[in-house]
Amino acid sequence: MKKWVATAALAAGAVMVASMASAGTLDTVKSKGQVVCGHGQGLAGFALPDAQGVWRGLDSDVCRALAAAIFNDPNKVKVVPLTSKDRFTALQSGEIDILSRNTTWTLSREASLGLEFAGINYYDGQGFMVRKSLKLASAKELSGASVCVQQGTTTELNLADFFRANKLELKSVTFATNDETTKAYDAGRCDALTTDASGLYSERLRLAKPDDHVVLPEIISKEPLGPSVRKGDDQWLDVVKWTQFVLITAEELGVTQANVDAMLKSENPEIKRLLGTEGKFGESLGLSNDWAYRIIKHVGNYGESFERNVGQGSPLKIARGLNALWNKGGLQYAPPIR
Amino acid sequence: MSKSVSSNPDQPFVQHVVIEPSRPPANLVGPVAWIREHLFGGVFNTSATILIVLFLAWVVPPFLEFVIFDAVWVGTDREACIFNDAHPIVGACWAFIKDRFTFFNYGTYPIPERWRVDVFFGLLAIAIIWMLKLSLPRRDLGAIYSFIILPVISYYLLIGSPVLGLPIVTTNLWGGLLVTVVVSAVGIVVSLPLGILLALGRRSTMPAAQVFSVAFIEFVRGVPLITVLFMASVMLPLFVPREFEPDKLLRALVGVALFASAYMAEVVRAGLQALPKGQYEGAMALGLSYGQMMRLIILPQALKVTIPNIVSNYIGLFKDTTLVVIVGLFDFLRTIETARIDPIWAAPTVSPTGYVYAAIFYFIFCFAMSSYARTIEQRLSKADKR
Repeated sequence: MKKWVATAALAAGAVMVASMASAGTLDTVKSKGQVVCGHGQGLAGFALPDAQGVWRGLDSDVCRALAAAIFNDPNKVKVVPLTSKDRFTALQSGEIDILSRNTTWTLSREASLGLEFAGINYYDGQGFMVRKSLKLASAKELSGASVCVQQGTTTELNLADFFRANKLELKSVTFATNDETTKAYDAGRCDALTTDASGLYSERLRLAKPDDHVVLPEIISKEPLGPSVRKGDDQWLDVVKWTQFVLITAEELGVTQANVDAMLKSENPEIKRLLGTEGKFGESLGLSNDWAYRIIKHVGNYGESFERNVGQGSPLKIARGLNALWNKGGLQYAPPIR
Repeated sequence: MSKSVSSNPDQPFVQHVVIEPSRPPANLVGPVAWIREHLFGGVFNTSATILIVLFLAWVVPPFLEFVIFDAVWVGTDREACIFNDAHPIVGACWAFIKDRFTFFNYGTYPIPERWRVDVFFGLLAIAIIWMLKLSLPRRDLGAIYSFIILPVISYYLLIGSPVLGLPIVTTNLWGGLLVTVVVSAVGIVVSLPLGILLALGRRSTMPAAQVFSVAFIEFVRGVPLITVLFMASVMLPLFVPREFEPDKLLRALVGVALFASAYMAEVVRAGLQALPKGQYEGAMALGLSYGQMMRLIILPQALKVTIPNIVSNYIGLFKDTTLVVIVGLFDFLRTIETARIDPIWAAPTVSPTGYVYAAIFYFIFCFAMSSYARTIEQRLSKADKR
């Protein structure tokens, strides 16, 4: 989360590289015949190689959608696995075209690292997991509880802030690694476990009896995760941004991977504009007019991608929560395509 | 017995036949005596034996229970390995290893091209056996095959060559066993000759060679491998134009090879210094040139002395290959790390199983190296024992 050393070192490089990385990324991508996509080294539900070695996940789907929009083939993605230290350099130096690696959108990153966030594909935030037997309904009832947390992280800081703000008594038990923290919680060393909510769901599966534990509804910090691109290439930024908006708009209009062909005959003007049967929206982005049709055909809409990778269709079973559409109580909202 | 006594009355007490040696007392031979002497000889020895046996009795049965008796051998996802009423105790989840076995071997190498990796492993095995088994014929051809033909073939085989009809597989797709083997093989093959050159350079009387060698060795030994890899992956791309930027795997290979060479140089230098000065003087007195002296007299002896250290360097290098993970390469250990967090296999014993598998893997390789070194050592030290 905070990588001050890297930040300082990279800021200088960012200024230097930002000026030379102005040749259109979209054209480069088209001539290379593939989208070079930076992922992490594996995060459950977001980007992880499966048994066949194919990268799957919510972050992978962003890159697959881009490849679908540009090449009509979601597999024209070259994945570059990056550590949290070299991810920004890889983007600045042009090694990758897009960084889709559960990276939190913050001001300092955007202002000083030479990158531009292209939207939010997952609203994450810190949450709590407790045993069901405690019969807690809210994190505000945690006063006096001992909480397992990884030391030296922003998570630890947020925890202390939350307890202080709500005038609760905190007994935190800290551990050096994520694995140790989970193990200690499972062994009963503490009443609650805290980390980013998406992490809580995947840690829960690792417990001896996952069904005996519940994730509390409170989210106490903001971790908006999204793909980012190099600064200074507005056309490419637009392509990435609107690719994500297509995924959300498709869900909003009920266009799915299964019914997208039937939807081509729809009389709804919004669907007609989305699928390119009316207007020339794709061309104005530098793509073909059926770009959105390709994305939905190959990747599905945002809801489908969510459920498949982290939601009910996956072992993680994360609830939509903040990631539901704006008209269903969530935050996912796309500007109109017109 | 009377037969053996001489019939000659003049020499009545001369024995004609050798008397059969009587057997040693029963309590000094056989397994019982061995046990008594070696395991229970004295208070200290006895208590050490008892403590060790107790320790093993404490550690081994639970380990075997976890690894074998309670282990899950078949299954397609986490359901097989989670705790439930049907199986309240679950040991190692070998079904997970089975499911991800190909991923551990090839990483994300494209499935239709994986035969190329198998061919590479096969060719490498031939090279290793040809070079290491001393009784095999034409080992000079073997050397040419191993050090010239094999690297070239492997390069085109693994990377691909459109001319030969092999699609290009960029190194970002390589992973697992393949990366570990490539990195350690290159490190091992490059470090010995380079190390010898550096060691000779360091002891040379030519100032340029000496200064260069000393500077290189001391500089490389003065920085951690992680720093070098990290600089190569984070800083280098910022200073080099995109087109000239070396491949990520290549950067790691160069880093590891140079690193191993510096350490190897010091090992070889120790061997050179261990030789008595008379060997050098004798060689020079015979009128041998520097090259002949080194090749025929000095290096064979120096390397023989240092075999244990060379091999322990190799073993260290093999294990150090796991550090390439910090530049984002998927080595063997990293593929296990990646697979174990997959929610499809999320179960309490999956992570320990992955680590046990990794431990077995590294143990087999390292133990094979040290065993081979021991046999070579014994063969070479026959002369000293005579």
